[in-house]
Amino acid sequence: MSRRITGPEIERLIQLLARLPGLGPRSARRAALHLVKNREKLLGPLAASLKETEEKVLVCSSCGGIDTVDPCTICTDDRRDASIICVVEEVGDLWALERAGALNALYHVLGGTLSAIEGVGPDDLNIPSLISRCGPGSPVKEVIIAVNATVEGQATAHYITDRLKDFDLTVSRLAHGVPVGGELDYLDEGTLSAAMRQRRPF
Amino acid sequence: MQWSDEGIILGVKRHGETSVIADVLTRDHGRYLGLVRGGRSRVQRPVLQAGNSVAAVWRARIEDHLGGFVLEPVKLRAASIMDDPFRLAGLMTLTALAQLLPEREAHRRLHEASLLVLDQLEADGVWPALLVRWEMGLLEELGFGLDIAQCAATGAREGLAYVSPKTGRAVSLEAGEPWKDRLLALPAFLGTEGGSPDRADIQAGFKLTGYFLERHVMGPRGVAMPEARDRVLGNL
Repeated sequence: MSRRITGPEIERLIQLLARLPGLGPRSARRAALHLVKNREKLLGPLAASLKETEEKVLVCSSCGGIDTVDPCTICTDDRRDASIICVVEEVGDLWALERAGALNALYHVLGGTLSAIEGVGPDDLNIPSLISRCGPGSPVKEVIIAVNATVEGQATAHYITDRLKDFDLTVSRLAHGVPVGGELDYLDEGTLSAAMRQRRPF
Repeated sequence: MQWSDEGIILGVKRHGETSVIADVLTRDHGRYLGLVRGGRSRVQRPVLQAGNSVAAVWRARIEDHLGGFVLEPVKLRAASIMDDPFRLAGLMTLTALAQLLPEREAHRRLHEASLLVLDQLEADGVWPALLVRWEMGLLEELGFGLDIAQCAATGAREGLAYVSPKTGRAVSLEAGEPWKDRLLALPAFLGTEGGSPDRADIQAGFKLTGYFLERHVMGPRGVAMPEARDRVLGNL
């Protein structure tokens, strides 16, 4: 029979922390202990921040991104090139591209990919709003489809390309090939073939 | 419990942060699901794409358990098919429909046929007609095979032009003439005479198999035909 070593409040905190990505029961216990030990410096501000975020977090009605204002900070940033929309699967992908600083454009978050196995169809994704963002009178001249190089991701990319074919804009996609630091010997055949097909002159 | 087999990846579902549950059509053990630990890693993800051939080792403490897979790449076709929307739709149609097979029941002929279609998809060959034949094979494996060897009315083995939507049996051109509006067309390439099909033949073939798949498989299960199949038909 297991004996309880803390009160129900701390047990509850450990249980909730264990549900976060990257944390298991042991690491959640350590995190909880760290929070409790640093009650003033960490636990209080974290609780306040969580509460504030919970009250204010919104999904952007324009791009589907996450922010505390609607339209989101990215959509209202007039320094960005509004003629380019970069389409991504998830908010995490948007944040990854922003971290890289590779693009100064607007984004559109699909919220997933078409998937027969998961039962996700075009109507379950944020595709109609993308089409309306690119419609007549829109400043959009290019749509970059930055979805994952998976069967489902590429099927989604082809579907979007098909839906946008009648619009006066360029649809492009990310290149597939050798990652930085990648050693050819360790790459899968598919990536190597794609890299070879998409080679370019020096 | 442990076995090794060759298989085709039909799809994967996320499981936790690092693992996936793979759906694999194996040659001798049929369609099997299994947990792939580290299935979301950079090394495993290219392997775990639908349509790829793998060497599979399945292990479980008890046979009824979900079990775990260790999957090694044998032939990675998905990457070369992904760029082409038409061929990708063919791949997704095959892998989605193969998931209608019951689990843990060997379907060796359909496994062989799947490999043939996938190889033709990769080589950009005559895969649409083969996919129609594969759907015929799927119906047969599911217990709803069409009887297109001879005419249901006259017993004739030649001149078969229709299939009865009620019985799934072939009807000859002459015998079917009075009811031709209510019968489904049987394209010559599916019959005993064979021949190379044109676009209309392949469309008729998909209409035929689609009708019986809807009636016997998708309808009773309350599932929709894969959207990718419509894209195949739209691009023929």
